[in-house]
Parts: sequence; C-alpha cells; structure tokens
Amino acid sequence: METIIILLVGVLVSVATYLLLSKNVIRVVLGTALLSHAVHLLLLTMGGLKRGSVPILGDQPETYTDALPQALILTAIVISFAVTAFFLVLVFRTYQQTNTDNLHELKGADNE
Amino acid sequence: MTLIHYLILMPILAAAFIPLLGVGAPKLHLGWGAITVPILLFSFFVSYVPAIASGDVFSASVAWMQALDLHFAIHLDGLSLIFTLLITGIGSLVVLYSIFYMSKERESLAHFYAYLLLFMGAMLGVVLSDNLMVLYLFWELTSVSSFLLIAFWFRRKNSRYGAQKSFLITVGGGISMLVGFIMLHVMSGTNSIQEIIAMRDTLHEHSLFVPALVLILIGAFTKSAQFPFHIWLPDAMEAPTPVSAYLHSATMVKAGLFLVARFTPVFGGEATWFWLVSGVGIFTMFWGSFSAVKQKDLKALLAYSTISQLGLIMSLFGLGSAALQGGASTESVLYTKAIFAALFHLVNHSTFKGALFMIVGIVDHEVGTRDLRKLGGLIAFMPVTFSLAVISSFSMAGLPPFNGFLSKEMFFTAVLNANQMTLFSMETWGLLFPIVAWIGSVFTFAYSMILVFRTFLGPYRREKLEKTPHEAPIGMLISPIILCGLIVLVFFMPNQLSHYLLSPAMNSILPTYANMDGLIPHISAWHGFNLELLMTIGVAVIGAVAVKTLRYWYLVYDFFPEHRSIDSGYRWMLSAGERLSHQATSRYMTGFLRHYLYYIYGFLLLITGGTLLLSGSIIIDPSGDAPVAVYEVIIVLVMAAAAIGIPFTKSRMTAALLNGVLGYSIAIFFVLFRAPDLALTQLVVETVTTVLFLLCFHHLPEWSREERSLKVRLPKLLVSIGMGALTVLIALSVQGNRLFDSISSYFEDSYDLAGGRNIVNSILGDFRAFDTMLEVVVLFIAGIGVYTLVTLKAPKGEDERERE
Repeated sequence: METIIILLVGVLVSVATYLLLSKNVIRVVLGTALLSHAVHLLLLTMGGLKRGSVPILGDQPETYTDALPQALILTAIVISFAVTAFFLVLVFRTYQQTNTDNLHELKGADNE
Repeated sequence: MTLIHYLILMPILAAAFIPLLGVGAPKLHLGWGAITVPILLFSFFVSYVPAIASGDVFSASVAWMQALDLHFAIHLDGLSLIFTLLITGIGSLVVLYSIFYMSKERESLAHFYAYLLLFMGAMLGVVLSDNLMVLYLFWELTSVSSFLLIAFWFRRKNSRYGAQKSFLITVGGGISMLVGFIMLHVMSGTNSIQEIIAMRDTLHEHSLFVPALVLILIGAFTKSAQFPFHIWLPDAMEAPTPVSAYLHSATMVKAGLFLVARFTPVFGGEATWFWLVSGVGIFTMFWGSFSAVKQKDLKALLAYSTISQLGLIMSLFGLGSAALQGGASTESVLYTKAIFAALFHLVNHSTFKGALFMIVGIVDHEVGTRDLRKLGGLIAFMPVTFSLAVISSFSMAGLPPFNGFLSKEMFFTAVLNANQMTLFSMETWGLLFPIVAWIGSVFTFAYSMILVFRTFLGPYRREKLEKTPHEAPIGMLISPIILCGLIVLVFFMPNQLSHYLLSPAMNSILPTYANMDGLIPHISAWHGFNLELLMTIGVAVIGAVAVKTLRYWYLVYDFFPEHRSIDSGYRWMLSAGERLSHQATSRYMTGFLRHYLYYIYGFLLLITGGTLLLSGSIIIDPSGDAPVAVYEVIIVLVMAAAAIGIPFTKSRMTAALLNGVLGYSIAIFFVLFRAPDLALTQLVVETVTTVLFLLCFHHLPEWSREERSLKVRLPKLLVSIGMGALTVLIALSVQGNRLFDSISSYFEDSYDLAGGRNIVNSILGDFRAFDTMLEVVVLFIAGIGVYTLVTLKAPKGEDERERE
C-alpha cells in the first residue's frame, strides 16, 4: 500500500511542478494546491498505513495508528487553505490592477 | 590580559566613548578629550624604553579560540617599540594640531576623533600582535578606519572616490597577505610569529615558501604604496590634512615596512625576497620623486614624496636582507647597515614628513589654496611657518644640519655596499642601485626646493588667493615646531636614538646577528671626503640646476600622458568589472518567475539527487507494506488520471473540478487510513477551496493556452518528472530505513495528561497548543491580507492616496 501511495505522490508532485512552471497565474495557484495534496499524503504514508486502529482512546487497551503525522497534516491542511485563498485573491487583484494573468507580462522593468 | 593588551584596547574603547563626551560637554572641543589617550599611551610606551634597550622583550598571550590557534598574543620588542612610539607620539602631535585645524562649529568632530582613535588602536594592534590572524584583523581595521577618515568629507565626490580606491587596493592586498599567512601556518603549524621565526631554517625547503613570500609582500606593497600599487595614496589626500599627516605619511603606510621588517628573519636571504623588496623599493623611490616634481598641488607633491621615501626605506630593507644569506659572519655584517639605515630613515621620515604635512595644512588653512601656481611670496606673512618649512624640507632633501642628511648618507653607503655584493647575481645588476638611488635623490632635492621656494618666495599675488595670508595661531604651530626640534636634535645626538631605539630593533630583525660587533654603526655627521659626500654634493648641485631649468626639461613628462597611466588602468578595471558583473547578473536574473524556479529545482535535483545517488542510500524494501485492496487501487488510478488531466484541460473550470476530485479522494484515503479528523477537515476545506476557485474565475478571463513549442515544454517536462522521481526515491528510501521508533506512543496517555480521548485533538489543543495558536495567527494574517486586497480601491495605474 505504501509503495503505491508513494508512486501516486510522485505523480502529483510532477504535475504540480509542471503547473508551477506555467505562465498563467491560475495554473501556478493550482500547482501549489496540488503540491499540498501530495505533501499531505506523503506525510501520512511516512507514519505507516493501516497499522492499529483510529487514534481515539477506547475502554479496551489496543494499538493505535500513528497520531503525530495526523496532527501535523491537520495543521498543514488549514495553512495551505489559507495560502491558497490568499493566492486567489492576489491573482484577482493583480488582474484588476494590470489587466493580465500572464506572468511573462508581469515581469518587472529591465533594470531593478 | 597584561597592561600592553589594555594599551591596545584603550584607544578603541575611547573611540566608543568620544561621542558621549561630546554630548556631556558640548562646549568642549573634542580634541582635548581625545588627546589624553595618545599622550597617556606615549608615556606608557616610553617607560618601556630602558628595559627594551637593555635587551628585554615582553610577550603575553590571552587564549581566544584554542581550536583555531587564535590567541590575542602580543610581543613588544625593539621593532614594535619604535612603531608604538611613532603611533602614539605623532598621534599626540596630530591630535593637538587638529584641535586648531578642525573647526568645532562646522565639522562632525565626534566622528573624526572616534575614527582617529579607532585607527590608533588598530595600528598598535598591528605592530604588537604576535598572532598572524590577530595581526591580519588589526591590519584590515586600519584599512577600514583609513577609509572612514579619507571619506570624512563624504559629500565631496573626490573624497568618496579616494576612499574607495584606497580601500579596494589595501584590502585587496590584505586578502593576499591573509592567504600568505595561511600558507605560513600550513608550513609551520603555528600562528605565532615568534615561533615561526624560531623555525625559519626548516621552512626554506617547503614548496609553499616562495608563494607565501610573494603574497605577504603584495600585502606590504599595497599598504606601503609601492609601485604599481602606489596610485591610491595621492587620492587619499582628500582626507583632512591631520589625517594625511598621521595615517598617510607617518604610520599606516609604514605598516607595510613593519611587515617586511618583521618577516625579514623568516624570508631574508631568499633571492626572491631580496629582489622584490629592493627592486620594487628602489624603483618606487625613483618613480615617486620623479612624479612629485610635476605636481601642482602641495599635498599631491607630498603624497608622491611619501611614496618615494617609502620606496627608499623598502629598498634598504631588501638590500639588508642579503645579510641573512648563509649565516652571520664578520663580512656579511656590512650588509646589515642597510637595515640600520632603513630604521633610522623611517624615524626621520616621520619627523620631517609629519612636519611638512602640517605646514602645508597651515598654508591651506590660512591662505585658502594649495595650488603652487597661485602661491608665492608668503615669507613676509608667515615667517615662522617658512622657517619650519625650510628645516623640514632641507632635511627631506638630505642636507645638513638635519637628520635627513645622516640617513641619506647611510642610504648611499648601503647602495654602494650593494654594488660590491657577490650574491644573487648582483655582480651584473648591482651598479643599478647607486645610479637609480642617485637620480631619485636629485628629484627629491628638486621637489623639496620647489615646495619651499615656490610657496614662500617668488612673486606674491593677492588676487589669486582666497584670503589675506597671516601667520597661523600658535596652537597650530606647536606640533610642527616640536617635530622640527626633533629634526635638529637627532642630527646632533643620533647615537642616543641609535642606542635606545634602533639597536634593539636591529636585534629583533636580525636575531642571528644579535649584539654582534659592527652591527650598530656609530653615526657621525662628518666622515671625510668620501664617495657618499660627493654624491650628496652632486645631488645638491644638479638638483639646484634642475629646479632652475625646470621649464626646459619639463617636456619629459609629456612622455607619460594621463591616459596611459596606471591610474587610468585602475579606472578601466573598475568600470570593466562593474560592466561585466552587470552583464553576468542580468544574464540570469531575467525577471521571469519560471527561470528562477528552474534554478531552484535544478540545484535541488542536482544536490539532493546527487547525494542520494552517490551515498548509495536508495533502498527499496516493500516487504513491510500494508495489504492493498482492489478499490484502493481504483481510487489511486482515478487520482493519477485526474492529476495528469489537469495540464491538458482546455477549460479552467474542469481543472478546478479535477482538483476537487483529488481533494475528495484524499479525504477518502484519510478515512481508509484511520484519520477521521483529517477526513472531516479535508472535506470542508476542499469544498471551500473549490468554491473560491469558481468565485475567482468569475472575475478572471478564460485561461490562455500555454506555449506548445517543444523548446518550452521539454525542460518543463524534464524538471517535473525529475522532481516526481526524486520525491518517490526519497520517500521509498525513508520507508526502507527506519532509523528511529515512532514517538507517538508518548501521546497515548492523552486521557491522563490532557483529559482527551481523541489523541489528534489532544496533540493540537493541548500538547502542541502553542503551535496551533500560531497556526491561527497565520490564518488571521492571511485573512487580513485577503480583506485588504479585496477592499483596497486603487484605480488602475495610479495610487489613490497620492492623488488625494
């Protein structure tokens, strides 16, 4: 299971990188969103998959799956959401201001 | 820490407190506060003179960084003592002079004296350090303080130019010297100069010996303004005159001479050392005096004169180093006279050149110009200054009864002795030394006379001067009067100076000759009609004729036009360097986001991937994997297809929905992998994100097609696949080698510790609550950002706030 998920993460990272290298701003934002999906999956996989039960303490003592990556991912999901939201508004605003969503046209002047 | 350590640090600390004094006592001229430091230091160092003269040396070390062999080690011997007395003695006189030269109302005195004291401490550090690295530290600190002082009037373009030039050249030389020091450390295994001197015999055979020698000499030559590095000194004359008198004639430029003297016991006797030091020195002596004659600005004339005199002393150190070739003997003691002459002239030069700078400062201050074409006839207005000028410049020209005569005669003796040498193929080339020395001395005589007679005699033209000249205030005259007194005093009592200061220094430069008979010559003004005296008479006669006939042979200087000088070479190098670096930078700093990402990804792939491959840490071991169900494979395939589909979609709407498919699939995986909290959060966040995307699309145009050409797409594809592959390899390797056990069992007593049954929630809300709080802060910041961007109403192209 882990190997399959890691391969999937590889595919997601590749597509995310490809999108980040685009000239359209929306594609770049999509790339960052995709990249965070990949990272979340990767983090969870690194903790080991399907070992033990849901990390909620019951009355019976038993083994639980690794809770730490889950806590980290929870934080990461929220932060990546905040970043994506900010990016989107930034793109919207940039377009209003400059009338373009093309990064090549947004390139600064030649000197400084 | 010994007293000497504190003496080095005292001026540096005082530099920090000088500005406070200015706040505390606003009516006081800060110079009166600053002058206490050099006077105190001078009296301390004078108290060492009897002990040093009787053969003592003072060494002490404070451990600093043991592992790097870096110690604040000091060594006070005869050589250091001469320099400390010059630094603090001339320093006192210069500060006294500056009190009357620098206007309290117009100048920022707190800066001036802070820099000056900083320099004083740094310079003391240079001459007293016994550790190579500490010596280097103080060496560069003198360059920094010199930079600050040259640029003291930083609103002038020329000041900034001169400061930059001197800094580039001296610090460049300093770096070369540092490399030489490191080589010395590699050869000897120690940073202590005295220990290196003690093992000098074992170093000669080492292959780094000559490279280290050359690199250290470059440091010395740049600092002491030797040809072709001398070009910074004339531009350094933009500094206030007290600074020129102090740093750029009496002390800092002598640091190179100190370095050469200090390392003579190590490198002396080596042919490369002999030829570089004496050859560069004697040529600099000639070139400096030759260039000085054509100068129109008095300070520029003095600058070239300083270059020439430094060259003279340098060449003497070089010639004297021959004495160390093959062991001390009664014959080779003859060559040590050159070193003695060097030390003697070094002291004499500080007296007369210091006085001359102060005199030129007085002229500039009272008349308003230093241009020789405008000056003339000042004798009637400034009789005292005139007398002082005569004393100091006649001493510089080498005339009796002044100290310059004695050391100039010894210089002639040394070059004549060099002619007799049978070492280092001197049989062929030896004759050049007396000839070049003599020609250089003729020019020296000529510019000394020009300096006095053009300024003080000749026609007086009031209309060309800015102010009506009058004699300087007594405060400005004290310092040059003291120096001129020394000039005469040394002429009549040279052997006292020799006994107390020069002979201990001789012992430290030539340890193998220590206290040998004939090492310390008896100095006398009259020694019969010998060749040296005839040379001096010849210099005076031909020099006088040269001054009289200057306008006939002045054409010689047309052979050295400005555009072919070393100076223009320096300027060309500077502008070419700027142009080249600008071109190189703009070649890769294109302004395209994609290019920068390529650099980042490229290095990431190269370094991380390379390490992974080279260290052989790729281990793929799927044996510990959890079992796979068919429906899980289906979800994986769906996700992969959705992801790969995104770049190909023609509509951004599809792309956003495909991204949603990915997000919801991940939520399903979270459920399967026993992470219910994550699944819930993911569902909510994914829904909101997709809505946000769609909302945003409402305001944006349909996305344009990306470039289809292979030239653009191929590198994109390669980098993306590379990044994916790298991630997979790293993840698999991590999966394959578990180095540590999981620490999550620690959190399994969350109910006892935090009162929560949900471990994930306990971690977030209790164990790592602070992290969660900061996460909320991040959300908050993002929220403010979003709000600001949405509500900010700046119309296109112009800023509303500016318009209002």
